[in-house]
Amino acid sequence: MKKLNYPYTQEAIRDLQVGDVVMISGKLFTARDAVHKYLYDGGRSPVELKNQILYHCGPVILQDARGLYSVNGAGPTTSTRQEPYQSAIMEKHGILGVIGKGGMGPKTLEGCKKFTCVYLHAIGGAAQVLSAKIEKIVGVYLKDFGPSEAMWELEVRDFPVIVTIDASGSSLHEDVKKHSESRLKELLNIR
Amino acid sequence: MNKEKTKTVLIDSFLELIRKTSAELPPDIITALTYYAKQEDANTKASWAVELMEENIKLAKEKSAPLCQDTGSLLFYVDYHSGLGVSTLELKSAIQKAVILATEKGYLRQNSINSITGKNEPSNVGPSHPHILFEEQGEEFIDARLILKGGGCENVGVQYSLPHAPLSAGRDLEGAKRVILDAVLQAQGKGCSPGYLGVCIGGDRSSGYEESKRQLLRAVSDENPLPELKHLEQEIVEMANQLGIGPMGFGGKTTLFGCKIGHLNRLPASFFVTISYMCWSYRRQGMRLASDFTISKWHY
Repeated sequence: MKKLNYPYTQEAIRDLQVGDVVMISGKLFTARDAVHKYLYDGGRSPVELKNQILYHCGPVILQDARGLYSVNGAGPTTSTRQEPYQSAIMEKHGILGVIGKGGMGPKTLEGCKKFTCVYLHAIGGAAQVLSAKIEKIVGVYLKDFGPSEAMWELEVRDFPVIVTIDASGSSLHEDVKKHSESRLKELLNIR
Repeated sequence: MNKEKTKTVLIDSFLELIRKTSAELPPDIITALTYYAKQEDANTKASWAVELMEENIKLAKEKSAPLCQDTGSLLFYVDYHSGLGVSTLELKSAIQKAVILATEKGYLRQNSINSITGKNEPSNVGPSHPHILFEEQGEEFIDARLILKGGGCENVGVQYSLPHAPLSAGRDLEGAKRVILDAVLQAQGKGCSPGYLGVCIGGDRSSGYEESKRQLLRAVSDENPLPELKHLEQEIVEMANQLGIGPMGFGGKTTLFGCKIGHLNRLPASFFVTISYMCWSYRRQGMRLASDFTISKWHY
């Protein structure tokens, strides 16, 4: 098991390899469909994203009578919808990591290699285990997108993920896909 | 019982159904998931994933909080009795009110987007939100079942039209088997595997999807009355678990932990096979309402 602590650096990212379980402590910014499209279309980021980690997540947020927010569940959402945008956002904003689930495709794989970035896979559906690792909500930006699509700045401790695409260009998703495709062909006798 | 009192009791009962469905996996699902999860070798990516899943199941129940932040599409199946003095309009209104309250309490995420404006409609009530299917039945009670189906697994659902040449899938059960397994392959880990399939053979474009989801209401122990479909259900699980996709698509032995298959009649020209993929966080519950509309028992 490896640790990744804030501030994140390119050196620390290069050290992460496919299959490593990593505990992240520090800052995460949630960004899902609306934020990705917005940034890709040239929207200005409300925060400096250089050397930061984006988290594909639309949390369940509660607001109390004083207006204070709390998180009532925050697991990852499926990442593949960000495939058209992710690599361009890596290039433009200099992010070092993306947390999500389900893996990403060849453009992102290429982007990780070119711009030194990793794809970190969290457990889909584990909303309570993961929100228990959030120590506080630091801020919220792009609130017009609605609570589940806004950009939430989170402080996390020992947030568990596994590296499935690394900066050297390896992808667990490619390997599993290839293997399972050839298994199915065997099982169904398709040449 | 007066109308106002009836409404209050109904809202309370539906609110509890939503809370329980969002926070607690039913015992039959936990047993099936655990059975398959135990097959994973220790100290693998797959075993790491299933340990966190099991921890999450415990934690969500303890905290009475959503198992998954995507509290999904709300699919209500309500079997009502017309002699109980409550109309489907009144039931619909009570369900909508319960959804609004459940959202305020954080059992549900604000999860309803207007498809034209792109705006989140924070009450969670809108066209087809929640989706309610009523059916009248003869006994003096109301049975209401609920499935919460998240977007990740919904997005990997698929409908095939047979024959399907790339898989040499003809218009028979062998053809159905081929496309069902292809759906599992295409889903990889994106539907939050290990998954559970609801399948419909036949029907049309819309009834096929509806029946495939209705299959997800069957208890894990429910045996298919048709021997050939019972056999196909088992075969699909066994073969899918040889694909090596594993929990979350990390590789491993457990790709599916169940499959239920139903059938509808079709037109001579159509042969659809429709697959609805349910994630490991298989949230479904059902309640029976007594004549005073309080919950008299849970179905799962």
